[in-house]
Amino acid sequence: MVTTFTVNGKTASTDAPSDTPLLWVLREGLKLTGTKFGCGAGLCGACMVHVDGKRAFSCQTQISEVAGKSVITIEGLSSDSSHPVQKAWLAERVPQCGYCQSGQIMSAADLLNHNSKPTREQIVEHMSTNICRCGTYQRIVRAVERAAREA
Amino acid sequence: MNTHLKDVKANATRVSRRQVMIGAAGLTFGIALGGAKAALIASERTGQPLSPWVSIGPDGAITIMSAATEMGQGSMTSLPLIIAEELDADWGKVHIVPAPVDEKIYGNPGFGGLMYTAGSNAVTSYYKNLRILGAQVRRVLMDNAAKKLGVPVEELSTEPSFVVHAKSGRKLGYGEIAAFAEVPAQAPEIKPEDLKKPSQFRLITKDVMRAELPKKVNGSARYAIDVQLPGMLYGAVLRAPVEGASPEKLDEPAVMAIKGVVKVVKLPYGVGVVAETPWAAFAGQRAIAAGISWSKEAKGWGFDSDKGLESFAAAARDPKAQVTDWFKLGDVRSEMQQAASTFEAEYRCDYAYHAQMEPLNGVASVSPAGDSAEIWCGTQSQTMASEATAKALGIGREKVTLHDTLLGGGFGRRGPRDMDFLVDAVLLSKAVGKPVKSMWTREDDIHNGRFRPLSAHYLRAGFDASGKLAAWQHRLVGDRVTPFADPVRYEKAGKKDFILMLGADAKGYDVAHQLVEQVYEDTGMRTAPLRGIGFTANKFATETFVDEIAYKLGADPVAYRLDLLSKTPRARNVMARVAQMADWGRKREGLGLGAAYIDYSGTQIATVVEIALDRRSGKIKFHNVWCAIDCGVAVQPDNVIAQTESSIVYGIGLALTERISIKDGAVEQSNFYDYVVARNRDVPPLHVEVIQTENHPTGVGQMATPTITPAVSNAVMALTGVRLRHAPFTEERVRKALG
Repeated sequence: MVTTFTVNGKTASTDAPSDTPLLWVLREGLKLTGTKFGCGAGLCGACMVHVDGKRAFSCQTQISEVAGKSVITIEGLSSDSSHPVQKAWLAERVPQCGYCQSGQIMSAADLLNHNSKPTREQIVEHMSTNICRCGTYQRIVRAVERAAREA
Repeated sequence: MNTHLKDVKANATRVSRRQVMIGAAGLTFGIALGGAKAALIASERTGQPLSPWVSIGPDGAITIMSAATEMGQGSMTSLPLIIAEELDADWGKVHIVPAPVDEKIYGNPGFGGLMYTAGSNAVTSYYKNLRILGAQVRRVLMDNAAKKLGVPVEELSTEPSFVVHAKSGRKLGYGEIAAFAEVPAQAPEIKPEDLKKPSQFRLITKDVMRAELPKKVNGSARYAIDVQLPGMLYGAVLRAPVEGASPEKLDEPAVMAIKGVVKVVKLPYGVGVVAETPWAAFAGQRAIAAGISWSKEAKGWGFDSDKGLESFAAAARDPKAQVTDWFKLGDVRSEMQQAASTFEAEYRCDYAYHAQMEPLNGVASVSPAGDSAEIWCGTQSQTMASEATAKALGIGREKVTLHDTLLGGGFGRRGPRDMDFLVDAVLLSKAVGKPVKSMWTREDDIHNGRFRPLSAHYLRAGFDASGKLAAWQHRLVGDRVTPFADPVRYEKAGKKDFILMLGADAKGYDVAHQLVEQVYEDTGMRTAPLRGIGFTANKFATETFVDEIAYKLGADPVAYRLDLLSKTPRARNVMARVAQMADWGRKREGLGLGAAYIDYSGTQIATVVEIALDRRSGKIKFHNVWCAIDCGVAVQPDNVIAQTESSIVYGIGLALTERISIKDGAVEQSNFYDYVVARNRDVPPLHVEVIQTENHPTGVGQMATPTITPAVSNAVMALTGVRLRHAPFTEERVRKALG
């Protein structure tokens, strides 16, 4: 059974079993390894992508669920790290180990897509979906505020 | 699996380390740091992969090796930056390349020459030698320029990547010089006065962009789990719940029936499955779990951490317990007998888990004959990863090629002597004769965790007739760490469990008589250094105890600390500064303030936390954290702040929610729903101030972590009059303590 969907604007197809998590098809099938495996249970957000314009845990999304849909990964957020969130992430020196940051950035971009001027409380609440074990939270909030300001 | 993405180019070719070296014509400089004394050991025109520290191409490109592994702490940038400073290099022309495994050249002087990144000591240990190396390379360039220009070298100076002759207005770029320069057989001698003065620094103490950061915002940063090899298979291993147990009965046909499973591999410590896809491997692992039984001879079976802690605590307060003296100053035993009064208290800590975001994994490609291997690994020790692979295969270390990658968090978990997570991949690759990426699920990562140990602490203070603190005793009962995590260093250290015991004394404070005793315990549980190592438990005990003493004496806890720190000015300074930052003396309705001070490997750090407490739920909420840190020369000040913020957040989790419990030898927690780490909403405004001093730089990667738990206990005391003595301060424990 072949599943066809769109990834970062390009057509993708896979014969992975229909209950395969999107995460593994992205990472091991399409070699889009910017999307990370963190907990496999929708608890940490390292695997966050956008499906049809909304953030989604790719580890909790079966491949059959994205048939015909559009998936954006960190690699597709911009071709040159020019998305306002990516720029703000560098300006605020957010990443440390960096492993969770693709997911953080995808969550932040999702927030700003739906709310271009979030309050600090809205930012903190939205970004609490994602775990950063290096504890970059304060800089994450600053970077989202900067991205909202400079977008 | 067949998966296609149309019109997507293959990953851009990565420049390999070898290509970089061969591509660079010009000068190379190598210097041995692994030994005690630095000496220039290799220098010649390139074209050879010489493993140099520095090479300069005729185009002016400067390649500098990074000896430390990068796990978010910034050493990949800081160490090359130290060389670049004394070399007076144009930072924009510097390329950083991970160093190959060669202890003689790149070994960490702070770890007896191992290539090992831990203990927040990379900058501390390499600082002096790398400055000298940079200065030597600069001197060689100047000597060559002097010859070329026909002027005395004394008339030359440098500006970034140029040698300048001010008198004649001539200058030569480093690349130009590299094209003709000759390197002397003997490295030029650099005296301390030849090094830059702090006022001359262009890079050290100024912030630069960390080298790998741009790749961390676009998904291109590569971790071991991202490695893709042609023909690669996927591995998962079900490990025995208890260290030392081995698989017995196994339902292999049920596992092999899963589509995509290639092979089931019985290992001494578990059962592995190799499959064509990760999900088939994980399904295979679940099937193994459903039908397995384990040998019962291992020590840890039957262990219960609640009961274990009770017995630890009983031993801690037992004056007849069999102890070894860990640290001794003066004569506590006789001072206690003469004391006008004494005061005692007990504290407890649970096991805690690293929770690095990248689950442990490894990639290995063992040759079909099993006589050589390539490995890809996010490791804190290139030395140990290479050795563990060689040992697992029974081959020489020279037959192992390591490709080290970025680490998705380390915190001590990626540096065990046996490299448990890497050996999985090595053994599975050997079994199938193909490259294997072996991954742990989050559940594996927790169930097979190696924890900050369980510990119980008995503290006793003796006061003289004037009320002065004269004697300090700390009897510590904790599950052994160093013998399990690194038996080699344990032996070398004279069987001292430093990972468990460090931080148990009253360093910094003016206490003439101190005694720290260890009661050795080995429960059979897996343990490891965890960010802050022994300090996280031991400073909870000691810094809470200091607070209790202040209360007993009717003193303000900060004023009392300042008094005890009167002979250690740098310590006193951070304590005084943080009190000022927090406006310590100001009472605030419904909020409690608590302080803590630590000398952590020379770094002076003091913290004040401001918390609220919901008495009904028992939930502690942080409102502010202030922290002052003096780590000597702060090589990258913003990174010192970032690391301190990070350490504080890690400390918040350890203080409030993070606990591992054990029943019948097995870990009870499984994922982030029952091992709860701090999230964005749990973190208050963090106010960190770096106090720049000209002292030798000391560590920053974990120093604030151990200040948080005692500061919280102290803040809860200030707010409620109730003392929390068992970390973490879960809501249930807080409710119970409040009564």
